[in-house]
Amino acid sequence: MRDVLLVAGKDLRIELRSRVLLFQVAPFAVATLVLLGFALDADRSALRNFSPGLFWVAVLLTALLAAQRSVAIEHAGRAADALLLSATSPARIFAGKALALAAQLAVLEALLGVAMVVLYDARVDHFGLAVASASAATVGIAAAGTLYGVLAAPLGVRETLLPVLLLPVFAPVLIGATRAFGDALGTAAVNGWAWFGLLGLFALVYAIFGALAYGPLLEAET
Amino acid sequence: MSILLGRSPDRSEPRAAPAHTGSRTTRILGAGVLAGVVGLGLFAFIFSPPDSRPGPEAGTRIGQFDVVRLMYVHVPAAIWTYIALGTCAAASAAYLWRRSAWWDRLAHACAEIGVVLCAVMLLTGMIWGRPVWGTWWEWGDVRLVTTLVLFLTYAGYLALRSVPAAPEARASRAAILGLGGAVLIPIVNRSVEWWENRTLHQQSTLEELRIEDLTLFTLVLGIFVMGLLVLWLVVHRFRVAWLEAEAESAGLQAALAERRAEAAEPVTAGPVAAAEPVTAGAADDGAGSAGP
Repeated sequence: MRDVLLVAGKDLRIELRSRVLLFQVAPFAVATLVLLGFALDADRSALRNFSPGLFWVAVLLTALLAAQRSVAIEHAGRAADALLLSATSPARIFAGKALALAAQLAVLEALLGVAMVVLYDARVDHFGLAVASASAATVGIAAAGTLYGVLAAPLGVRETLLPVLLLPVFAPVLIGATRAFGDALGTAAVNGWAWFGLLGLFALVYAIFGALAYGPLLEAET
Repeated sequence: MSILLGRSPDRSEPRAAPAHTGSRTTRILGAGVLAGVVGLGLFAFIFSPPDSRPGPEAGTRIGQFDVVRLMYVHVPAAIWTYIALGTCAAASAAYLWRRSAWWDRLAHACAEIGVVLCAVMLLTGMIWGRPVWGTWWEWGDVRLVTTLVLFLTYAGYLALRSVPAAPEARASRAAILGLGGAVLIPIVNRSVEWWENRTLHQQSTLEELRIEDLTLFTLVLGIFVMGLLVLWLVVHRFRVAWLEAEAESAGLQAALAERRAEAAEPVTAGPVAAAEPVTAGAADDGAGSAGP
C-alpha cells in the first residue's frame, strides 16, 4: 500500500506544481458543459432532463485529457523506466497511477457538479446515490484510462489513438452512470442502485485486468 | 494448425515462410467456398420461400416476405463474428503466455475478419430493420447498441495494430486490447436474453427452432458456407501477415548489408582521402563506433 500511495503522491505533486489540471483541464471541462448547453438551444427544461447524460459526457471527454496527461508525465524523460527500476511491482504502479487519476477526476466531477447545478438548474434528490455512483464510475474510468493510456503511450499517434481505444470502453460507464444519476437527480424512473452495481462491477473488472496487464505493457514499452 | 503454416505454434519462429498465400489445401477450400456461395445463393433467393402467412383479415398476408432472405447472411455473420473475435481473444491470451509470433498473427487475422463480419452483421441488420421495425437504427435495442460498441472496440484494435512499432511491443499491446475487448462478446450474444424488455430483437432463431424445413436448411447452409469462407480468409490473412513480416525483415537485412558494404569500400574522393586512403578496417571501426 505504501508503494501505491508513493506513486499516487508523485503524480498528484506533479499536477499541483504544473497546474495543468487547474489551468487547462478544468476550463476544458466547464467549456464542454457550456457547449452542450448551446447544442440543446439553452432550453432550461431540456437541459435539466438531460443533465445526467450531459454531465457524464463532459466527464468522459475530460477523463481522456486527464488519462493522456497521466501517461505523458511517465513518458517524458523515460520516467517509466525509473519507476520499473525502483523494483515497485507493475500492479502497484498501476494502482498508484489509477488512484491519482481518480483523485483528479473526483475534483473535476465536483467542479462539473456545481456547474451542472448552476448552468442546467439540476437538483439532486438522492445525494448518497449520486456520490456512490460517481465514486464507482470514477474508479472504473481511472482504471480503464490508466490501462489504455499506457497502451497508447509510447506511440507517436497517442493523442488520436487513445480516444479511439478508450471511448468504446467508456460506453458502459456512460450508460450506467447516466441511469444512476437519472435516479439521483429525479429525471428518470429507474432503480439507480442497480446501475450502481453495474458501475461497481465495471470498476472491479478493469482494476483487476489493469493490475494483471500493466506489467506486460510496461515491459513492451521499455 | 498445419493448414496455416504447417508448423507447431510452440516455436517462436517458423522454419521457412511460404512463398505465396495459396496452397493445394486452400485452393480446394476456396473451390468449396465458391460452390457453397453459389448453392447458398440458389437456396436463399430461389428455393426457399418468402416469409408469408395468412393475415387476420380474409385475403391478406402478413410476414417479412422477401426481407427474411437477409437472415441467411445476417445470422451466419453474427455467429462467425463471435467465433472470430473469440478466437482473437483466445489467441491473444496464448500470445501473452507463449510469446509466439504465430499466436499474434492468428489474433490479427481473426480480428480483421471479425471486424468485417461485424460490419456485415450491422449493415444487414439495419437494412432488415428498416422495413420490419420501421427504422434503420433503434437506440432502445440493447443488442444493436452493444454490437456497435463491439465493432468500435475491435476497430480500435486494428487501429492500434496499424501504428508502426517494434513487433514484440505491438503484439503485447494488441494482445491486451484483444483480450479486454472479449468481455463484450458474451454481453452482446446474451443481451437478448438478459434484457428481454430492452430489445426489439427476437430470441435466438436456432435455439427456439421456430423455423422449419427449407428455411432452416438454408440458414444452416449459410452458417456452414460462411464458416468455410471465414476459414479461407483467416488462412490467407495469416499468411499475408507472415509474408509482410518476412519482407520487413528481409528489407532490414538488405539495408544492413548495404551499409556494411558502403563502410567496407575505401574512400577515394577528397584531398585528405587522396593523401591517406582509409582502409577497410578503419572504416569498419568508424562505422562500429557510430552505430548502436
